[in-house]
Order: sequence, then structure tokens, then C-alpha cells
Amino acid sequence: MYLHVPFCTSRCDYCAFATWTDRHHLHDTYVDAVLAELAAAAARGALRPATSVFFGGGTPSLLGGRRLARLLDAVDRVEGAEVTVECNPETTTAELLDALVEAGVTRLSLGVQSMVPHVLRGLGRHHRPDQVRRAVDRLGAAGIERYSVDLIYGGFGEQDADWVATLDAVLALDPAPTHLSAYALTVEPGTPLWRDPARHPDDDVQARRYELADDLLAAAGLDWYEVSNWARPGHACRHNRTYWQQGDYLGVGCAAHSHRSGRRWWNVRHLDRYLEAVARGGTAVAGEERLGPDEAALEALQLALRTRDGVPDHAFPPDRLARLEDGGPLGPLVERHGRRLVLTRRGRLLCNVVAGDLLPRTLTISAG
Amino acid sequence: MIDPRRIRNFSIISHVDHGKSTLSDRILELTGAVEARDMREQYLDSMDIERERGITIKAQNVRVHWRDHILHLIDTPGHVDFGYEVSRSLAACEGVVLLVDASQGIEAQTLANCYLALEHDLEIVAALNKIDLPAADPERYAAEIEAVLGLPADEILHISAKTGQGVDQLLDEVVRRIPAPKADPEAPARALIFDSYYDQYRGVVSAVRVVDGVIRSAGRVRFVQAGTVHDIEELGVRTPVPVPIAELGPGEVGYLIAGVRNVGEARVGETVTDAARPASSPLPGYRDPKPMVFCGLYPVEGDEFPDLREALEKLQLNDASISYAPETSVALGFGFRCGFLGLLHMEIVRERLEREFGLSLIATAPSVEYVAHLTDGTTRHVDNPSELPPAQNIDHVDEPMLRVTIVTPSEYTGTIIDLCQTRRGRQERLQYLSAERLELVYLLPLADVVVDFFDQLKSRTKGFASLDYEPAGLETAQLVRVDVLLNGQPVDAFSSIVHRARAEDYGRKMAAKLRELIPRQLFDVPIQAAIGGRIVARETVKARRKDVLAKCYGGDITRKRKLLEKQKEGKKRMKSIGRVEIPQEAFVSALRLDE
Repeated sequence: MYLHVPFCTSRCDYCAFATWTDRHHLHDTYVDAVLAELAAAAARGALRPATSVFFGGGTPSLLGGRRLARLLDAVDRVEGAEVTVECNPETTTAELLDALVEAGVTRLSLGVQSMVPHVLRGLGRHHRPDQVRRAVDRLGAAGIERYSVDLIYGGFGEQDADWVATLDAVLALDPAPTHLSAYALTVEPGTPLWRDPARHPDDDVQARRYELADDLLAAAGLDWYEVSNWARPGHACRHNRTYWQQGDYLGVGCAAHSHRSGRRWWNVRHLDRYLEAVARGGTAVAGEERLGPDEAALEALQLALRTRDGVPDHAFPPDRLARLEDGGPLGPLVERHGRRLVLTRRGRLLCNVVAGDLLPRTLTISAG
Repeated sequence: MIDPRRIRNFSIISHVDHGKSTLSDRILELTGAVEARDMREQYLDSMDIERERGITIKAQNVRVHWRDHILHLIDTPGHVDFGYEVSRSLAACEGVVLLVDASQGIEAQTLANCYLALEHDLEIVAALNKIDLPAADPERYAAEIEAVLGLPADEILHISAKTGQGVDQLLDEVVRRIPAPKADPEAPARALIFDSYYDQYRGVVSAVRVVDGVIRSAGRVRFVQAGTVHDIEELGVRTPVPVPIAELGPGEVGYLIAGVRNVGEARVGETVTDAARPASSPLPGYRDPKPMVFCGLYPVEGDEFPDLREALEKLQLNDASISYAPETSVALGFGFRCGFLGLLHMEIVRERLEREFGLSLIATAPSVEYVAHLTDGTTRHVDNPSELPPAQNIDHVDEPMLRVTIVTPSEYTGTIIDLCQTRRGRQERLQYLSAERLELVYLLPLADVVVDFFDQLKSRTKGFASLDYEPAGLETAQLVRVDVLLNGQPVDAFSSIVHRARAEDYGRKMAAKLRELIPRQLFDVPIQAAIGGRIVARETVKARRKDVLAKCYGGDITRKRKLLEKQKEGKKRMKSIGRVEIPQEAFVSALRLDE
């Protein structure tokens, strides 16, 4: 289950998410609407006990403990379900954390992005590194052991040393993060960053930073399990894995995406339109697509390729498999783990190339 | 039979935008040939491209009635590439209307066509158009026409084709001043084909001007030069609607359909005579127009090659001046080396291939036809730079020259001289037409004109200069071939023949340009420019290190899959040169003319 919270105190200039900074008066209205959407789904029989719940945004912590608890209470969960809330360091108060633990939240994802002040400013983030440390202190005090840190690399003005300093500082947090996501700053069309090419990140620099991160994280006991995600053993994000394993999930709230058995659909993106739609009929679906079995199988391969599980070698057409061994440039991108092919570190950085050059263009599932 | 004394045959000579199509429209209206309610702009320009670009490509003719006379208006193409069509249209006329914009004055091409008309001994009725515009200065430009062409200023009419002012008077003057055709009705029939086009339903339709005798629709005709005999399927006149007619008498202009399937078999300049009573000698013909500009045309999708061949065959039915021969490029696959009359012609043909036949094409940089004299005493004609033999086998190379006439306001003289000099030009004449305008004549290598000369001239003179050109033979020049190597492998499509003095600079620019255009591969790609094996420039496209989607937003897998699909689509449009994959757009940009 994914719940989208479309509120932020300010919009970062690289951000293309569905989030608003001027609609804080709608917090309750929005929570009611999401509850209504959930109720409608339940009435349709579309709700199954969730194995994981993820509050993403936006800035879910802005809703406050009481509202988040109301939402979580409405979600039927399996025993031991993973429940994650994304929080910004500056809004992670002791009261919030207590309320979240009380409500059943098992995991936090902290939007740290960087531990270097000038890099944070360049990203348009308003917290300071010491606020991160305090938030982590409170996390420890609240008894939350599993938490993840989100980082972004390649921001304007960031040097390799800044990135190393960020990684060092994050790894030195106490308690230490059990999980880390490091995302290359991506220029999304329409954002202020997009309109300012002088601040666009350089692919080579980002590749180097990725490698720096992978080295430092691995040395600290955090292993990659997906292109942009690292975790201590047993701490991979269950919710995240559902996406890569083509699992079923229901997304509620504006702009949320859902998947069930080859059908993918998504809610209207705009907060106001979402509220109107739910008020009218309890749902707010904007579009959908249905994958045929072949398409779905190909997508499964593309998704699995991003993970440490990799792809079974028989999924590659033989002529393409041969290209891995012909001494050409694709060889160093993939390695064998038994009968599976897994991206090497260079390969992870060129994941799209491997997907495009090695995976079949179309896939026909043979009978049996 | 119409009494030839009641016939007037004339063309309008005019510069692009000086109002010829508008005047034709007004004449059609005024003579009642086209009802006002059926009128549409540029009535005679039948091709979409002509109407869009506001230029006439194919000559048209139309019969109208004016008072008790019959006028044949023979339209001429309005672009310098099609100068040969002007001369053949003039051969069907006894006079011309010289139409000049009263705010612009006479332009280079108009001047050239007027000289042509004077050579044919045609009567010139001059009119200054657009006198309704505030910027019109008819007195000034009448004086200029008098000074340049010797036409008395007080005989020059002032008209507005747009409002119709003075157009009736112009027609009266056409009747009064242009002589009736001199024709012998009793002589064996002789008619001149001055245009042919292919109609997909009717076959070849030829525009004919009867010089002597009578052509009858019931008969059979002989094409004197081709030596073929045809049954007439239809004889008619355009009013402008085609109207079948039983006979075309001396001095008349009409059309002939005679079961010909290919314009090459009813060539312009052909003499048509009565098969039963043939004339003993043909009328003076024309030389076939020779292609001057060449380029390779390749389908973006390799499997469209047969479609491209078919499309070229069809176009040639209608335009015998296109030449094409299959060629193979290592870089671009199978395509055709095509010859055109000029740059506009090239552009129009390419546009028609894409628009009318739904093809998407890559065009190589335009080139000209060089004559290489080899050390073994043989010569080779080279219209594709990559086919120039190695330097050590060449004694010398001749290149085609152009005589370019430019008419310009005098303030731009300096910048035009500068342009012509950087293009290896030699000045032949500099002559004032009036205090403010002058005529410059330069001898320029054609190769240096096909590379954005027109654009440069236009931008340097804010569009005020006009030009005309004619072929001026061959000259020996210090030319070398510059090759471009990608990953050590020469790419034929990027080879170019350049003057020695500029070859290194060209090589450096090309390498630098390609470095920007070629996407990064999984390995470093060296780009080299070489002259006869000597590397003169080197750039490197560094290996790509990152191509991955960082994140999957809130489970939006759909977006990710679409991105990958798009990427794959893009890959299909890649051409591989060795291991280097190059998108079509990179070829197109690299081969674009701008420097």
C-alpha cells in the first residue's frame, strides 16, 4: 500500500513530484478524501491485508502524528507488516515519532539529501546537518531501529569531497542507518532546475560519485540490492522490493500508482482534481494500462535487472548472450551468479544500455 | 480556325514576390476566365509546394479572351534554378510583360530574363506593380528601367495587380504593342512542345505552340526529333479549365495528349508535325538542362529503398531534369546520387519525395561535378566526393564555375564583394544602374555557391540583393578530398572536396561538429579528419559512463517502461558505422550546410 501526501513547506527546484506548498489548510480534507478512497476500495473488495505500507510525498511528516495514525488505522495489515513514513529532518519531532510508533510505524525514511550546508542550499533544502543528527537522536530515543537515509548526489556546487563528507557523516550517525538510498540528481522537465542548464549535473561526475558511494557503503556493511538502494543484511525495504518484483500494490492519494496482476493504473495528479473526484465517487483513477503476458514478462526482466537478484540467463536471446563474451564493450557490464546474470557496478550505471542491448525487444512466452 | 491576327502570346517576367501570380489571378478574373466565386489565390500554381512557397515551378499556360482578341498567357517559373524553363516559355511568345515592384525596382533575375527576351526579339511591355503601396516610387524605378533596358519611362504602365488598377489598360497595351504571331496556315504543321508534365490519369500532357499549319485532333502526329508517331488522344486549350478542341491553328497555344507515358518521350523542344503531311525540318529546339547540384538521397529506413526508387521514377515522369543513379554508402546504406538544376530544385524534389511519397530521407551535403584529370591521362567525372581518386593519381581537377549577377543597393557593395572573395570569386563587372543600385558580376566556383551562398547574400543585404546565375564552364583549381574517420574507419558520407587552402580548417570544424553530434558510446570514439592519409584534426567522444534511471517514483513503473521503449525506438533509427551507433539526426545536422 502506497499513500501519497502532497504537501511540502517549500518546493525544491529539482522536484517534479505532485506536491503543493500553498494548500496546508487542506490537510484534514485530504486525509478524509484518502480515507474515503480507501473505504471505496474496501467496499469493492479491492483491499487485501498489506504486507507493507509506505507514506511518501511530498512530506508526509507535515501531516502530523494524529492524521498519519488515522490513515494507518484504516489500512488492514498482515502481522509484521513493514510500515514506512518519509520524514524531513526539520519536522521529525519527538511527539511525531512517539505518535508514529504508537500507530504502528516500523520504519522511517529521512530526507537528508546531503550533510554539507552549501550543497543543501544548492538543492533548495532548508534544514541543517545538525538537524539530521538531532532527528536521528530522537529516532533512537523513540525506539525506531530501522531507518533509511535518502541522499542526492550531483547537485550544483557539490565536489567529490562534499559527497564523501556526506557519506561519512551519514555512516557516523548514531544509531546508524540500516538502509540508504542514493539518487543521482535527475533533471525533470518543467522544473526550475530544468530551465537552468548551467546547474545540470554531469553524467561522468555522477558516475564517479556513484562509485564512491558504493565503495564507502559496502565497506560500512551496506550492500546494494537495487541500483540506487543499499541495506544491511535483512534490512532491504520490503515495499521497495515489491515494485522491482512486479508485485501488486495499491496506491491511494493524488498521483498514486497501483498495480495488480498486469494492470497498472494511476490517480489524477492534481490535488484539487483528486479531492473533487473522490467527493464525487470515491475513486480518482486517471488512466490505466493492461500489460499482455509477453509485455509483463519483459517488464519483469527490466525490473529484475536493476536488482541484485538479476535475471536468469535463459531470459537473454542466445545471440545477445554471445555479445557478452565477444570481447566487446558489453562484457564488463554483467557478471554471472550461477544461472543468473547480475549487473556489475559499471553495468548498474549503464542499466538502460544493458536493458536495451541485451534484453529481447519482445518476448514470447513459450507454452509450458 | 482563329485568325492569327487576333492572337497575342505573351509571358510575364517578374521577380519572386513582385506580383506575377496576383497579376495572373487578376487577368483571369478581368477576362471572365474564372468567375470571382471560383477564384483562389495563385490560381495557376497548381502544386501545393508552389502555393506554399509563393513561387511557380512548372510553366503553365492559359487562354483568355480580351475584347475581340485571344490572349495566351504563358506563365514562367519564378526562380533562378528554373531559368531554362523561362527561355523555352519565351520561345512560345511574341512579347513579354515586364512586371516590377514599384517599391523595389528591377532585380537580377528579371534583368537576366529581359536580356533573354531582347535576344528573342520579343516586345516588352513594362509595368510597375504595387503602386497602391505607400512605399511605391514608380518614377524612380521607371527611370531605372529606362536607364538599364532602354525602355522609355513614359511608356511604363503603373498598375496594382492587387486592386486591379491599370490591369485593363495593361491588357490593351498587350494587344496594341505585342505583335500577332507570324504564321503560315498553309505550310505543313509544325508545333513546339514547350512544356510536358505527367498526369497519372492521362499520361504525358504537353503544352504546344503551333508555329505553322494546323494540328487536328482527328489525326496522328509525328515527333520530328524523337522520330515517333502517336495517335492524338486529346487536343485542347486551357481556359484555365482544360477544354478539348478539334484543331489548333497557327499561332495558337494549347495542350496535346498523345498516349505518351514518360515526359522523356515528349521532350521540351520537340517539334510536332502532322504524320500524314510532315514538315521537312524541325523548329529550333533547346538544349537539355543539365544537373548542376548533386546529393545522395538515402531512406532513413533501409527497407524503404525500393519505395524511394519508385518515387524517383514517378517524379522523373514529370520532371525530366532530375537525374538519379543508385549508389551505396558505407554509412548510409543504399540510396541514389541525384542531380538537380539548383539548390531550390534539390530542396523541392526532396520535399516532394517526403510529402507526396511519405518517405523520410537523409540527404548528403550538396556537391558539384568535378572533372579529375588523372596522371595516366584519363579523366573521371566525380559527383560524389568519396569517389575522387587518391591524390597521388590526380594530375589536376577542374571544377564547374558560375557567372553570378547580383543587383544590390549600393550600400551593400562592400559586404557582397567580401562574400564573393571568401568564396574564391573573381569580379568581372561592377556597373551602376542608378545612383543607389548597382550590378555586380562575379565568376564563382559552383561548389562555393551551393554552400549557403544565397543565405549569406540574403542575410548580409537584409534581403535587398537579388541574384541570377549561369554556368560558366570549368576551371582548374587546387582541390583536395577531406575524409572523416570514426573509430579509425572512413565515413564516406562525410567526405568532401575542398580547396587546399581551406582544407585543414574544414577538417577541424567537421571533427569538432561531429564531436558534439555523436552520442557517447560504451567506448572512446576517436574522430579524425584526414587529407590523403594525413590526419589534420582529432577529437574524441568519451565513453559513456552513466545511463540509468535513478528512481522509480511512487511505483510509477509505466513511466520507466515507456522511457525504455522510447530509447529502443531511437535505437532503430541509428545507423551503425563499425561499432559506432549514430542517430539519423546527427547525420542530418552534420551534413547541414551552415558552417
